[in-house]
Amino acid sequence: MEATALSGKQAGSCSKIINCKHCGSPCSADNSFCSPSCKAAHLADSDTSAPILFSPAATADEKGEFQLELGIEGIHCASCIRLIENALAENPDVTAARVNMSTERLTVAWRGTQARGDALAHQVQQLGYRLYDLNVKNDASTASDAEKELIRAIAVAGFAAGNLMLLSVGLWTSTAEAMGMATRELFHWLSALIALPTVIFAGRPFFRSAIAVLKSGHTNMDVPISLAVTLACVMSISEIIRGGEHVYFDSAVMLLFFLLIGRYLDARAKGKARQSASRLLSKLAGTATVFENGNLVQRPVKDLAAGMRVLIAAGENVPADSTVCKGASDIDMSLINGETMPLSASSGTPVFAGTLNLTAPIEAIVDKVSNKSLLSEIVRMMEVAEQGAAKYVRLADRAAALYTPVVHAFGALTFLGWWVLMQAPWQVSLLHSVTVLIITCPCALGLAVPVVQVLASGELLKSGILLKSGDALERLSKVDTVVFDKTGTLTLGTPELVKGTYSEDHMQMAASLASHSRHPLSKALAAAFSGTLLDAEVEEVPGKGLSATVAGLTVQLGSRIWCGPEGGTEDTDLELWLNMEGTPAARFTFADTLRIDAADTVRKLHQMGLDTRILSGDRQATAKRVADTLGISETIAEVSPTEKCAYLNALKAEGKHVLMVGDGLNDAPALAAADASMSPSSAIDIAQNTADIVFQGDKLTPVVQSIYIARRSTKLVRQNFGLAVAYNIVAIPLAVAGFVTPLIAAAAMSGSSLIVILNAFRLKKRAKI
Amino acid sequence: MDVLLYLIPIALGLGAIGLVGFLWTMKNNQYDDMEGAAHRILLDDEDEEPTVKENEDGKKGGS
Repeated sequence: MEATALSGKQAGSCSKIINCKHCGSPCSADNSFCSPSCKAAHLADSDTSAPILFSPAATADEKGEFQLELGIEGIHCASCIRLIENALAENPDVTAARVNMSTERLTVAWRGTQARGDALAHQVQQLGYRLYDLNVKNDASTASDAEKELIRAIAVAGFAAGNLMLLSVGLWTSTAEAMGMATRELFHWLSALIALPTVIFAGRPFFRSAIAVLKSGHTNMDVPISLAVTLACVMSISEIIRGGEHVYFDSAVMLLFFLLIGRYLDARAKGKARQSASRLLSKLAGTATVFENGNLVQRPVKDLAAGMRVLIAAGENVPADSTVCKGASDIDMSLINGETMPLSASSGTPVFAGTLNLTAPIEAIVDKVSNKSLLSEIVRMMEVAEQGAAKYVRLADRAAALYTPVVHAFGALTFLGWWVLMQAPWQVSLLHSVTVLIITCPCALGLAVPVVQVLASGELLKSGILLKSGDALERLSKVDTVVFDKTGTLTLGTPELVKGTYSEDHMQMAASLASHSRHPLSKALAAAFSGTLLDAEVEEVPGKGLSATVAGLTVQLGSRIWCGPEGGTEDTDLELWLNMEGTPAARFTFADTLRIDAADTVRKLHQMGLDTRILSGDRQATAKRVADTLGISETIAEVSPTEKCAYLNALKAEGKHVLMVGDGLNDAPALAAADASMSPSSAIDIAQNTADIVFQGDKLTPVVQSIYIARRSTKLVRQNFGLAVAYNIVAIPLAVAGFVTPLIAAAAMSGSSLIVILNAFRLKKRAKI
Repeated sequence: MDVLLYLIPIALGLGAIGLVGFLWTMKNNQYDDMEGAAHRILLDDEDEEPTVKENEDGKKGGS
C-alpha cells in the first residue's frame, strides 16, 4: 500500500510498512517521510548540531543503574510508542524504556555512566520527538500517591462492607430465638473482626485530617465522621460484651465506603486539573539551549543571565528578551502584539521572550534576565489578578461549615436529653447519640458535589472541553456577561486563502513551494490546495520567502518587496506573490476568518440571557466590523493588557459576573481577573494555563455548552443538597427518639446515597442542547 | 447451622483473593497509563525482526 503524498499527514494511522521518520505514518519505500511538512518538521526538530545535555537530571539507584524521566511531545499512537521503546531497547546497556502516554513522559534506565543519558536522549530526538526537562518539580507524584491510598482504602472498605452486609442481613432477618444466642454472638464477633481492622485502615484519611484540623483549633467535616465511626465501633464492642442486640459495624464501614468514593472522585477531579496545569507550566517555564565552553547545555529559563549566548531552534520559543547575533529567521510575534504576520529577524534584531522562532535556527545574546522580560511582567500582573479571584468559597465548603456544628449540637443534645431528661442509663443515652451521628453523617452530602462534577466534566470532555478547576462550573453558572477577545477567539487567528484571480497551474506551483515552509501564509496556501504536489528543491530565504527550481524554471514565492511588482498601495500584510523566471505571476491574498459558528454562538448566548462584549487590542474599525457581523453591541478596542484587566475589574465592581474568553498573552491577566475563563486549545500556553476551561476544535459552541452544563450541574448540586437535607429532617427525629435500629440506619444511608447519585445522572440524560 | 462453619470462611476467602489481586495490580502500577495501554494492545509482541514478519504476511520462514 502506497500512501499518497498528503494523506499520510495524519499521525495515528498505524501501519508497519515503512514509517515516516517524523510522525510514524506509512509512506512510500523511497522516502523516509510521509509528507514534505513532516520532513521540514523533522529537520527543524533535529537540527541542533550538538547533543543537548539532559543527563544531569538522571538519578542513580543502589544497583548503579541510572534513571532519567523526561517530558516528551508528539506521541500520537502505538507506533510512536513502539518506535521509541524499540530504538532505546536496542542499546544493550538500556535496562528499561517506557513511554507513558497519559502523562506524556519517557522513563529510561541504563547501566554505565551518567553521561550516557545524553546519547539516549539524542537518539529519541533523532526520531523526531521533542524532549524537555521536567525541571518544574511538580507535586503530581504525591497527589497520585494520595489517590492510590484512597483507592486501596475503597477496595478494603468495599470488601468489608460487602461481607458485613452478608452477616448483617442474617442478623436483621431473624430473631435471637430463631438463630440461637451462640450463632448471634458468632456473627457479632465475626463482624467486629472484619470491621475493626477495616476502620483502622480505611478511616485513616479522615482521622488524619480530623486530628490535623483539631490541632489547629478548627473543625471540618472529617471531625463528625471520625467521631461517628469511632464511637460506633466502641459502642458496638461494648454491646457485644454486654450481650446486647444491636451492633453498628456495618453502618460504620458502609459510611466509610461511601465517603471514600466521594473523596476519591473529588481528589481525581482536582488531580486532573493540577496535572494539566503543571504540564502546561513545565512547558512554559521550559529550558533554553545555552552555549557553555563550546558545549550546548540545557538550562532552566530562570537561570539565564544577561550576556549568555543561546541557540533557538526553528519551532522553539525565544527563552528571554535577547538580540539575534547569528542567522536569520521569521519570528512569530503574535504572543506580544497579536499580529498574525511574523517579523523577519536577522543579526541585530531584538526578539522577545515567548515569541516563536519559525523558519531557521538562530543564535542570540540574552539582554535581560528572564524575570525582567516582557513576558514575566504580564505573568506577574496575572498572579496579582489571580489572588483577587481566589476568594471564592465553594458551595460544598459553605454547606460543610454549616453542617458540622449542627450535627455536633444534635449529638450532644440527644445524649443530654436522654440522660438528664429521660433519666436513661448513660450507655443507652450514648447509643442514641451515636446513632444520630451515624445517620446524619454526610454520605449524601459528601457525594452530592463530586458525583455531579465528575459526570459534568466527563460530559464536557466528550465534546473536547477540558475542565481545569473543580469549582469552575459553579462560577461559570453564575456568569451574566461574556467578554470575547477578537483575534484567535472569535476569529480562527490563522490566515486563510481568499479566492483570487490566480490560475490552477499557479496554485499548484505555489502550493508545492509552500508545503516546504512553516510560515503561516505558506501553511494556509498549502492547506488550501488538494491536488498533487510538484517535486521541487526548495530553499527558504528567511524573512523573504521561498525559492526553487522546478522543471528548469526559477520560481519564487514571497513578499511583494522581494518578488512582487513595483509599487502598489494595497494592504501588503496578508499576501504572497508567485514569481516565475523574474516576472510576477500571481497574487494570493489571505484573511483571518471568523469561526464558523461565531454568530450562532453569540445569538445563543443572548437567548440564554447573557450580555456579550468584545475586548480587543486590535484597531477600533476592525473590532467594530466583527462586532457588527456578530450582533455584539459593545466593543472596546485598542486596549493594552493592563486596560483589559482593569476593564474586567470595573465590570466586576458593577456587580456583574464575567466570563472571559481569550487566547493571547495580552488576554492572560484578564482571564485571571474574570470570574470564569475559557481558552481555545490553539491559545498560547500561558492563556491555557490561566483559563478554567480549555476547549478544542475550530468551533465556539463549547462556550454555550459549558455554560449550559455548568448551570445544569449547579442546579443538580443544589437539588442534591436539598435531598440530603430532606433526608436528615426525616431521619434525625427518628434517631433522637431512639427508633433507629442498625437496619434502618443502613437502609437510610445507602438509600440517600443512591438517590443523590441517581439524581446526578440526570445530567447525562438532558445534556443535549 | 454447621454449614456456616465452612461457608463463611469460603465466602470471606474468595472476597479476600479478589481484594489481594486488586491491591497487587495497583502495586504493580498497572493503572498508571490507561491511555497507553489502550494503544499498546495494537502492538505485536516484541519480536527479533518485527518489520520482516509483517511483510511476510503469514508465510512463516520465507526468505
